[in-house]
Amino acid sequence: MIMEKEYSFKATLGGAPPILASPIKRDLMGIYTLWQRDVIRLWRDRIRLVGSFIQPLLFLFILGSGLSPRMGAMGIMRSGRALGYQGFLFPGIVAMSVLFTASFAGVAIVWDREVGFLKEVLVAPLSRTAVVLGKIFGGATNSVVQGSLILLLFPLFHLRISPERLILAFLVMILIGLTQTSVGVLLGVRMTSSQGFMVLMNFVILPLFFLSGALYPLDRLPGWLSVASRIDPLSYGVDLLRWDLVGVHYHSLLTDLSSLFVFMGVMGVLSVILFNKTD
Amino acid sequence: MIEAKNLKKIYRSRRGDRVAVDGISFTVGEGEFFSFLGPNGAGKTTTIQMMVALLAPTSGEIIIDGLNVVTSPHEVRQRIGIIFQDPSLDDRLTAWENLEFHGRLYGIDSRTRNKRSNFLLDVMGISERRNDLVRTFSGGMKRRLEIARGLLHSPRLLILDEPTLGLDPHSRRSVWEYIHRVRREVGMTVFLTTHYLEEADSSDRVAIMSSGKIVAQGTPDRLKKDLSSEMLSVETENPDSLNAYLISHYSSLEGQIRREGDGTLLFPLPPGLDLSPWDLLRSIPLPIREASVRRPNLDDVFIYHTGSGLKSENADKRGGR
Repeated sequence: MIMEKEYSFKATLGGAPPILASPIKRDLMGIYTLWQRDVIRLWRDRIRLVGSFIQPLLFLFILGSGLSPRMGAMGIMRSGRALGYQGFLFPGIVAMSVLFTASFAGVAIVWDREVGFLKEVLVAPLSRTAVVLGKIFGGATNSVVQGSLILLLFPLFHLRISPERLILAFLVMILIGLTQTSVGVLLGVRMTSSQGFMVLMNFVILPLFFLSGALYPLDRLPGWLSVASRIDPLSYGVDLLRWDLVGVHYHSLLTDLSSLFVFMGVMGVLSVILFNKTD
Repeated sequence: MIEAKNLKKIYRSRRGDRVAVDGISFTVGEGEFFSFLGPNGAGKTTTIQMMVALLAPTSGEIIIDGLNVVTSPHEVRQRIGIIFQDPSLDDRLTAWENLEFHGRLYGIDSRTRNKRSNFLLDVMGISERRNDLVRTFSGGMKRRLEIARGLLHSPRLLILDEPTLGLDPHSRRSVWEYIHRVRREVGMTVFLTTHYLEEADSSDRVAIMSSGKIVAQGTPDRLKKDLSSEMLSVETENPDSLNAYLISHYSSLEGQIRREGDGTLLFPLPPGLDLSPWDLLRSIPLPIREASVRRPNLDDVFIYHTGSGLKSENADKRGGR
């Protein structure tokens, strides 16, 4: 074989003027590229993936076991048998790990800004909408991977879940992931410091989690709490996941689905608008 | 290649407006090497951000390669390769992946992408490290990778924003070697901002920028000649008296006399008087310890036009974002 080595800039870089692909093709390629970047980074960061296992496990084993004797009397029935608290908690904690990882997409944008990589993306011939979508899809993928790892622990909690139900849960996690990533990105697009974002996270992400009904049943709540949980997009995700995995739910499935889609759309569109306005 | 007309950028905030770029105009020809010389905070980076459509001008317009930047941002960006002042690589990715992703964002097909990436990594001397994470690279290697990335989509205009900032002398030299080679071989237009005058000195034309304005532009030689044919450096016991004497006898020297060290004054030979340096020195009625004459450099030109030194001025490091 002959090795061809052209040490000439002219031969390699000269010639035909740059061709611009159609805007849609360019943006699709951009979204795919930014998504792939996030997936590669996740894979490189496997230690973080394992580390983020710890928090959900603490919730499930310690909080779940500790509250089980009292909460067992919650009177939640499932096909004639009482559902233990751990079983009740399980879908909530799966949703929690999706939520926390998804919110990370917001801080990832802030990091990209801090380390300068965002500039490289912003001067590329690519619409800002594509940049936001790439980030949302990348973050959602990460969060679904994280959630799936927790989901697969279901035998530890004496739950029996059929493969079809697992696939359905996977789809629900994608919905939750997309919605919550949009929230994270919305918070992240205008932020310039990751410390500021962390503070903001505490004000937004933890309330979203606590109000979602991941830890307690949504019926018979005090009025204000009931209202607050209704404007929390995560409560619909948790409800849907709980319906799928353990057969308990508090909203109609139609309410759950339509609320998730509406939140996702609104947050996504707001992120795009805000990002387009940012210098 | 570049045509900027009355370009202006005002940052508005509650605490008041800040004029970052104050109505500048300049043109850069095809294949030309053009430099913006000025201290940090002069508005160089803001100008670049307007050229790549990261910032919208408050007024005025820029045309690049016949395209209006505001109305066809993507077409313009496709033609520009840019090396930012601050690092902009993803250091959790490998060198190869950084190039790969850049190529895709600029819509280059995979065959061309691979061919060019191989070539550029080879030329920049980072071929063996292509599959290492960028975070393990030295500052000089990162810069070379950024240059490779900036060239990957074969831009018609290469923008370099302080490309050698923070590099050791050896890396600085090698960065310039590559840039000059590309320029020579491909005939790429190069737009440089710098506050190192040696770098600006090798360019075809220089614009001197200060507080958002272009205060002078032309070839480095022309700018130096316009200032004066000679620079005089005179050391004396009593620099204050010498200063007073010079100003009273040569009114054009007002504001042009610099103090260097304890008793040394540096000033241009007053033009248009048909005076030799020797004549001037002889006319000084004060004891002179030492005197020397040299050709003016861009630093002298800069001080002449702005009244302040290039390197001493260390205003606002961030220089506007």
